[in-house]
Amino acid sequence: MDLNEFFRMGGYAGYVWTSYGLTALVLLLNWSAARRREAQEQDSARRRSGTD
Amino acid sequence: MRRAATTAAANLVFRRDLTLAWRRWDEVAQPLIFYVVVTTLFPLATTPDLSQLRVISGGVVWVAALLASLLALESLFRSDVEDGTMEQWVLSGQPLGWLLLAKVASHWVLTGLPLVIMSPVVGTALGLPFDAWGALVASLLLGTATLSILGGIGAALTVGVRRGSVLLSLLVLPLAMPLLIFGSRAVGMAMDGDSPAGPLQLLAAIFFLTLSLGPLAMSAAIRISVES
Amino acid sequence: MWLWFHKLASPPHAYRVLGKLAPWFGWPALATILLATWWGLVKAPADYQQGDAFRILYVHAPSAWMSMFIYVVMAIAAAVGLIWRIKLAHAAAAAAAPIGASFTFLALATGSIWGKPMWGTWWVWDARLTSELILLFLYLGYMALRSSFDDPQRADRASAVLAIVGVINVPIIHYSVEWWTTLHQPASVTKIDKPSIAIEMLYPLFIMIIGFQLYFGWAISRRLRGEILRRERNASWLKEAR
Repeated sequence: MDLNEFFRMGGYAGYVWTSYGLTALVLLLNWSAARRREAQEQDSARRRSGTD
Repeated sequence: MRRAATTAAANLVFRRDLTLAWRRWDEVAQPLIFYVVVTTLFPLATTPDLSQLRVISGGVVWVAALLASLLALESLFRSDVEDGTMEQWVLSGQPLGWLLLAKVASHWVLTGLPLVIMSPVVGTALGLPFDAWGALVASLLLGTATLSILGGIGAALTVGVRRGSVLLSLLVLPLAMPLLIFGSRAVGMAMDGDSPAGPLQLLAAIFFLTLSLGPLAMSAAIRISVES
Repeated sequence: MWLWFHKLASPPHAYRVLGKLAPWFGWPALATILLATWWGLVKAPADYQQGDAFRILYVHAPSAWMSMFIYVVMAIAAAVGLIWRIKLAHAAAAAAAPIGASFTFLALATGSIWGKPMWGTWWVWDARLTSELILLFLYLGYMALRSSFDDPQRADRASAVLAIVGVINVPIIHYSVEWWTTLHQPASVTKIDKPSIAIEMLYPLFIMIIGFQLYFGWAISRRLRGEILRRERNASWLKEAR
């Protein structure tokens, strides 16, 4: 199957790629939010114990 | 001996609430007026044609009853929590669930029951045929009673929260959706000439389930709200 | 055995264990999801009726599954926290909620997108989508209740009651919505995603579910660590924490 065929997804390209794209987006957002949250809390904890 | 004391206490609560409400009659009338006003919105928003309104009449009456009940539920426990009565109840050693159920019951008599009684009038205004009155009243009786308990759980959880009535509706409405589905369907079936027994029985089942588990959840929620 | 349980429930210990555990979820999650994606988009054949649009199933159904699974996990954690007064359990419920809500949103979005080529409309009130929508309301209500209290203990315990009430209602809601849709829909519309298909076409679905589960394990480990740090703000053990 050549690459163009693959991207066309039998004419449903918009639907399929949007769906998979949204999935990737949601997973990425949760990933970055979880990491960022943890890092924020670690920073504030470090700062707090530093000033004690 | 304990049993008699609890029943007596519950009775007292029930009667005291009714007496208090009698003195503040306008507070009781407001949900009822809201009910009629909301129902009026639908013909204004769609069409004055009764034959078209009839199709959605059962649903509209039900939705209006839901919203009117929820509006009245937010203040269910507020005054008792604020003046310390609730704390006394929690500490009293009486089974809290019964006392709360008594409060919910008196609230239903004051708000839910009038809605049910008004419903044939409101329904007829939307083209609901006489044949469906029985199903309408029966479904709303069960539905508003169940909703009072569900709303009681929500009210207990949200006591003292700023703009709690919006939050209360947000929490309770998804839980009330099965009631709406079965209730309006019962009315629809009666309008089509079928027996509404199926959905009515389901409503009854949900009511009894809520009646048995609801007070447990309410007392847990009240304890959390009062002790924090 | 109780000793292990109580040890695990202690915040500093849990913090360390979760930190070590997270990569063991994370990397396999990535690999599995990529494998499932490749399998679903490339290896699996297109459906006879729905063509390549069918491939949306491989992200839609696992999202829906996770949305339900996480709600149950959340409710169980909340119940454990309420009954045994274990703060870590409450923290786990709080950590799970946004992840569950994300999957619910994803299930709704992909379901809606899939609907357009299938039935010609962007939305249809079928049993699966309507139930997912109500589940989203339950998640949002839970998170709204949590955020309306300043007192963390009241937030924990009140939302725990709500989660338990919610999880008991979920089967009732599910059943009533099913019942409601069968009244009016013709049979052709209710076949949303599982007509009689060969088992080989479902492999990517199962693999994706495993991938999402591993992802959930990773995400909740990291979020829970963040929750622990926030709740244990003033505790002394934090001073030595990494």
